[in-house]
Amino acid sequence: MYDTLLECLGAARYDRRPRLIAPDCVYGAWDLLENAFLDAEALRGCSVLVRTRTQTATALALVDLDGVARRLILCPPELTRRQILDAAAIGEVDAVVTDESSGSSQIPQTSVYAVSERPAMARAAPLPPINTEWVLMTSGTTGTPKLVVHSLSSLSSAIGRNANEADERLWGTFYDIRRYGGLQILLRALAGEALVLPGPDETQAQFLQRAGALGITHISGTPSHWRCALVCKAERLIGPRYIRLSGEIVDQSLLDKLKTFFPSAMLVHAFASTEAGVAFEVTDGQEGFPEEFLRDSHAEADIRVENGTLCVRSNGAAARILGGERAIRRPNGFVDTGDAVEQRDHRFYFVGRKDRTINVGGNKVHPEEVEAVIAKHPDVEMARASMRRNPILGAVVEAEIVLRAVSKADTEGDATQDILDFCKARLDRHKVPAFIRIVTALPLTAGGKMDRNHV
Amino acid sequence: MSVRGAIFAQFQEVAHRQDRCLSVLRDDTALNDTGLDSLCFAIIVARLEDDLGIDPFSMPEDFPFPGTVGEFVSLYEHALECTTPS
Repeated sequence: MYDTLLECLGAARYDRRPRLIAPDCVYGAWDLLENAFLDAEALRGCSVLVRTRTQTATALALVDLDGVARRLILCPPELTRRQILDAAAIGEVDAVVTDESSGSSQIPQTSVYAVSERPAMARAAPLPPINTEWVLMTSGTTGTPKLVVHSLSSLSSAIGRNANEADERLWGTFYDIRRYGGLQILLRALAGEALVLPGPDETQAQFLQRAGALGITHISGTPSHWRCALVCKAERLIGPRYIRLSGEIVDQSLLDKLKTFFPSAMLVHAFASTEAGVAFEVTDGQEGFPEEFLRDSHAEADIRVENGTLCVRSNGAAARILGGERAIRRPNGFVDTGDAVEQRDHRFYFVGRKDRTINVGGNKVHPEEVEAVIAKHPDVEMARASMRRNPILGAVVEAEIVLRAVSKADTEGDATQDILDFCKARLDRHKVPAFIRIVTALPLTAGGKMDRNHV
Repeated sequence: MSVRGAIFAQFQEVAHRQDRCLSVLRDDTALNDTGLDSLCFAIIVARLEDDLGIDPFSMPEDFPFPGTVGEFVSLYEHALECTTPS
């Protein structure tokens, strides 16, 4: 483990392989060590908001500022102006680093520093590093963003083990590197692997085409990202040998589809969250996780199930929430993930978020459980289950469904009836959607998860 | 379709979808004896809200809870009268 990103890069000073491949520039460890991309020393000890148009500019700013700035707050794209102002206030921001030429940070009491994708100056010999707080914003709610505090060591706790192995890895990721899932891949790249970064205006198909031409070997994203990737025929564009899913519940039908389209790829689904860190990886191609994970003492994280939810204790957990009252860890060191699990035979299955339960006349329903059943129907591409308020039972379940282009049903009515019958055969009565709507698409959040706030 | 017709159609449709055996519906049939359970009624009320644009159970007026099929129909008829400007 290294104290700073520069130290980590310095360990491979003479390795000439590329680390970051942007649309119009390639950076090796040497390039990053010899050149600076912004005037970092001016920001020594500051709380810095990194808000760039391109992911590449953020990656370069992180290399320059880690160990120099007191706090680095990573702004994911698509934040509203209000959210940025809130984050800047909570994070007591002194300066903004940006790659845009507009000049003003639009945030009161802050100065603006430019980061360039071309070397700005030769890197000066580094001064002794300070401990930099890395702050990530979690998506999900539309209100004030939650600012989750990590350190380079908590963020990279799950990485060391695989890095620097002999096999050459070229990563792509559907995640933005300014979010937890993407940042994991960026750190892997800087620790010895390599990453193809998307351009700010690239579509998913264009990115996949470029990544495929470069020969990516490893690629990660949420299950929703992957469903979209299959819609745009990703299997014709890339041939990875490793596919990683995380961030949402992975269902068997998606794993099976990926296995069909990428027969030679190793399929891995991981449990990770911005707050709890990376807890475990499942490599057997089956949904859920085996019960021995709860006993596995040599795993990086301890996991247990308390009151039906998964709790995780690892070095990868975040330290705290900025400006938040609630502690992330309990006194015993475990983080309650809020993800409900159910045990069947010798395996645990994720059933949904505890705070998203639909109460149908006293019967609890997890929308994710309903979605997983609907997704098994051969005509279904994607499904979203949600609550409809009801004066008799408090709530009933409704579902929106995107049909596959090759749906065998003649009409939407036939498809709806068939899906209902399919659900009735597999779900308790109160879990079967009382209403089904066929839609052409379902929205994703900027973080690549099913958008549940806009029903 | 009359309000009564819309309601009866939903009783039949939901009973069919929920695999319930619907009794012969008369005005004095108790709702408990229709063969439908609370989940069926929850769905019927939601479907009628889509059909007729009203949900008398969520209206601020304090309607008595219906006990029979006849009372269920008059509840909707009465609620519709309250919402339709004459």
